[in-house]
Amino acid sequence: MTDDLHSRVARLPFFAELSQAHLGQLCAAGQPISYRAGERIFTEGDAAERFWLIETGSATLDLRVPGRGDQVIETLVEGSVLGWSWLHPPYRWQFGAVAREALGTVVFDGVSVRERCDADPAFGYAMLRLFTPVITERLHATRLRLLDLYATPDQAGPS
Amino acid sequence: MSAATATAVTGPALPHPYRVASRRVDTADTVTVELIPQAAPLPAFAPGQFAMLTAFGIGEVPISLSGLPDPCDGPARLTHTLRAVGAVTRALHAAAPGTVIGVRGPFGTSWDVPSAAGHDVVIVAGGIGLAPVRPVLQAVLAERSRYGEIVLLVGARTPADLLYPDELRRWTAGGVQVGVTVDQPADGWTGHVGVVPALIPAARFDPARSVAFVCGPEVMMRFTARALLDRGVPADRLRVSLERNMRCGLGWCGHCQLGPLLLCRDGPVVDYAHAEPLMTVREL
Repeated sequence: MTDDLHSRVARLPFFAELSQAHLGQLCAAGQPISYRAGERIFTEGDAAERFWLIETGSATLDLRVPGRGDQVIETLVEGSVLGWSWLHPPYRWQFGAVAREALGTVVFDGVSVRERCDADPAFGYAMLRLFTPVITERLHATRLRLLDLYATPDQAGPS
Repeated sequence: MSAATATAVTGPALPHPYRVASRRVDTADTVTVELIPQAAPLPAFAPGQFAMLTAFGIGEVPISLSGLPDPCDGPARLTHTLRAVGAVTRALHAAAPGTVIGVRGPFGTSWDVPSAAGHDVVIVAGGIGLAPVRPVLQAVLAERSRYGEIVLLVGARTPADLLYPDELRRWTAGGVQVGVTVDQPADGWTGHVGVVPALIPAARFDPARSVAFVCGPEVMMRFTARALLDRGVPADRLRVSLERNMRCGLGWCGHCQLGPLLLCRDGPVVDYAHAEPLMTVREL
């Protein structure tokens, strides 16, 4: 870990609630990494061993649909966390991810963070408190889209 | 009835004849029409206010102003964006230039754009909700120096449902921070995918000195308002446009009652501090 990485991560609102000690533990598993526009970050079904904090740019989540290719299902912008399949079994990506534009991130070794969570329950609880809102927000967003709010009654079909 | 009696029939419940001067197709089910008076014009509309538009022989519907009059055309010309969803809006949607329709108004509260002077302006619209906030942006841009950052965040069902795509490009080129997202991307769409509240955390504005204008489906407005409040925009500087069953437009009939509000008179624009407790009450 470098002081530079620690200060970069500490600046991100996502980690604002972490104590300095927990931030230090997390940063020990992190490093900066960049992606070119269009570069694939991970593929659906692969082992989920990392997660990313997007500092600049944006990424898309996608799902391979037979006959239709990779269908984009959501865009994640700066300040967002990319990836939480590393946190729970079966530790496989449920979706793929691609850099939508030049992407600056901090990537964290999910396996290492998981081991630290097991070894230090207070750290583990802090991480769960960080990631649960991410999961909740994505669930809310998905539910909103399921409602098809902008549809006309004809488009929405019978209620 | 004598001729003298007939000429005495006036008042805010009487539709004024307006002619469709132009009709622009925006999407598969949406058009923007410009209307010019055939007799004495109605008083000037403010952004946020609505008219009751009559398709003669079919019925009357509330439609918000969707554009400020071009100074070259004079203040009497009205601009409305209509989506064909029922019998009346289908008839109005189909009205060709030259067709005479009825107009009553202006009704309701306005967005009170001048009160945002000196602040950042954050406009969030979902679907056809972009139409009622378009005059807000036009008014702000007409006096650009009086305002800080200008943010426009737009959500649509699909790329084909996006309203005013040419203007979105022009506004972006003109320095407006425009964010667009769709629920269902089409092939070739390279823009953002997701719900419009998700655009709020990364938008550049100072929440403590911002005024927000939000228009769209009510559920979308609730989640958008929550995201704006989370960013720190005060509830009393967050305005939403509410809609119920507007009929008379004058607070007489009570069809549009929402708790203590008659939305045709006390709305459609309501500050969120007052609107929030009313928006989650079932059957209110």
